[in-house]
Amino acid sequence: MAVKSLIEGIREALVEEMERDPRVWVLGEDVGRKGGVFLATDGLQARYGEARVLDTPLAESCIVGVAIGSALNGLIPVAEIQFADFIHPAFDQIVSEAARIRYRSNGAWSCPIVIRAPFGGGVHGGLYHSQSVEAFYAHVPGLKVVIPSTPADAKGLLKAAIRDPDPVLFFEHKKAYRSIRGEVPAGDHVVPIGAAAVRRPGTRLTCIAWGLMTHYCLEAAETVAAEGIDAEVIDLRTLRPLDRGTILASVRKTARALIVHEDNLTGGFGAEVAAIIASEAFEHLDAPVTRLAGPDVPAMPFNRPQEEAFMPSPEKIAAAMRRLAAY
Amino acid sequence: MAPQPLRENRVEMSEEGMASASTAPRARRLALGLGPERLLTMYRQMLLARALDQRAWALNRQGEAPFVISGQGHEGAQVGAAAALRPGVDWVVPYYRDLALCLAMGMTAREFMLSVLARADDPSSGGRQMPSHFSLRRARIVTISSTVATQVVHAAGIAYASQLRGLDEVTITTLGEGSTSSGDWHEALNFAGVHRLPLICLVEDNSYAISVPRRLQMPIASVAERAHGYDMVGADVDGSDPLAVYEAVSQAVQRARAGEGPTLIRARCTRLTSHSSDDDQRRYRPAEELEEARCSDPIDRFRAYLREEGLLTEEAEGQLQRECGEEVEAAVEAARAAPLPDPGDLERHVYAEG
Repeated sequence: MAVKSLIEGIREALVEEMERDPRVWVLGEDVGRKGGVFLATDGLQARYGEARVLDTPLAESCIVGVAIGSALNGLIPVAEIQFADFIHPAFDQIVSEAARIRYRSNGAWSCPIVIRAPFGGGVHGGLYHSQSVEAFYAHVPGLKVVIPSTPADAKGLLKAAIRDPDPVLFFEHKKAYRSIRGEVPAGDHVVPIGAAAVRRPGTRLTCIAWGLMTHYCLEAAETVAAEGIDAEVIDLRTLRPLDRGTILASVRKTARALIVHEDNLTGGFGAEVAAIIASEAFEHLDAPVTRLAGPDVPAMPFNRPQEEAFMPSPEKIAAAMRRLAAY
Repeated sequence: MAPQPLRENRVEMSEEGMASASTAPRARRLALGLGPERLLTMYRQMLLARALDQRAWALNRQGEAPFVISGQGHEGAQVGAAAALRPGVDWVVPYYRDLALCLAMGMTAREFMLSVLARADDPSSGGRQMPSHFSLRRARIVTISSTVATQVVHAAGIAYASQLRGLDEVTITTLGEGSTSSGDWHEALNFAGVHRLPLICLVEDNSYAISVPRRLQMPIASVAERAHGYDMVGADVDGSDPLAVYEAVSQAVQRARAGEGPTLIRARCTRLTSHSSDDDQRRYRPAEELEEARCSDPIDRFRAYLREEGLLTEEAEGQLQRECGEEVEAAVEAARAAPLPDPGDLERHVYAEG
């Protein structure tokens, strides 16, 4: 199997899906001639033309609204929001429109769209190129929220998202785009939406994460393994629908849970995972459910010391694992 | 893509057009190619819409319908627009005042009443949405929300898909003049202008967004003037005259189908009722203005026109009124007898089933 980067996994999925289904089209800012600011759509316009790989005006609500309309008229749009930080102007189109089209029409209409957006920090992106926005959308019934952490999943989950009959938000960690490499199956590799993956089996505690944090948790797990703490690491892969079964089976086994995310603590998606564990696995717990998350400041600063202070790191995660194991 | 030369735009004013309401009515309808039968069908659609609308208000005041929002005073613009479109082929992305438009495009009186009484068989939403949030898939009437102008962007996307797929379809979207203040409206028209989409944006300008007058929405007299900025044709027409709107929309359809791009039409309408059943417009509109509004009732004006044309006798008028009244009562009875939504279905259709 070929070893590829996460962004190559994304691109491979786009090419294969556009090749397979003429209804699939791509739109967003700079996705055409430039191939996207991260080059996720590099080469697509040359291959499929300006109409199917469309450079849109700089207007996020327009990007999502046009995607919705095109889906109502038989196309399958893959909209790119250049940075997750810029998705907020499209919040109304995503939450009031895309998420509710099936429900409010009693099943008469549907909205099969994919919205891709790079998210996450640690790249000196400052306040407006570092955000994690998954909690806003994971809150909304009618949407699916997918976050791949490996190149193989990037390809397989994006293919599943494009074939999904409902709106899917697909968040890609920008720091993982090139730093994370792995084997990517050739051909029609599809990973079902809604299934978490146990990335490292363990017995002492359960660590739950998504995106780049999965890799940081794995790194931390190796560190504490040398000290005799055997951590299990779960990559959620999909926040909505959430794979509660995998989370609960693991916590019932280890009796300890640590949830890690970059998004700030309060109201982050970790709160939902913690609540599920507290209510469904209470009698199995030997320690309080623990969260390690970004601090409750408005966004991630640009300067190095404060960015590092904001971001969870393998060291901070290892420390949290030690505390939890010792409880 | 090679840059396209700037085209000379214009705002077409119907008063200066070839088909003026005040002169030579017969020549006018002949020029528009509308036969007596079409005209009487249009008139009947207006009457039916008005009767249904009034009946919905009565149901509200009697405590049977929790909420009603009205299209009274807009029927001329809507029926005129519908007459220029192909039901089931062209796309309709409406807003909540478009009862007459939806009826003319294929919704039935019974289907409307099912939504007023929020019954399970309501084709717009199965009783989930407030009434007048129209949707009817078989007629290509697209589901809408209560937020304003979001649907205009969907209309642009639908039209883009028609263009990309090479389909001979036109999309019409409607909204009130207040909603043109929103960013989505600009984003949609800008996109439509850039790609010369087969799109018609019909602004039903009744001078009020709930209580806020037009002069606080825009610094210009006619929103059609904004067409220049999107490199599209703008037209300003008398929305109480269905023939004027028919003419403007027909021309827009021709342009769209010929690949000549979108059209922005402002139809000057009048709002005969309060914004909704929860509003009382006497709080913010002077009595003389309300009296004046009744003088531009599109139904009275079209009736007078048909009478003048010799196409509508008093007897035929009475017959039409009776038919519409019966149709409305049958619709109310059918809706009353129809089952309510099942609370067990609350969680259905969040995602695809099966």
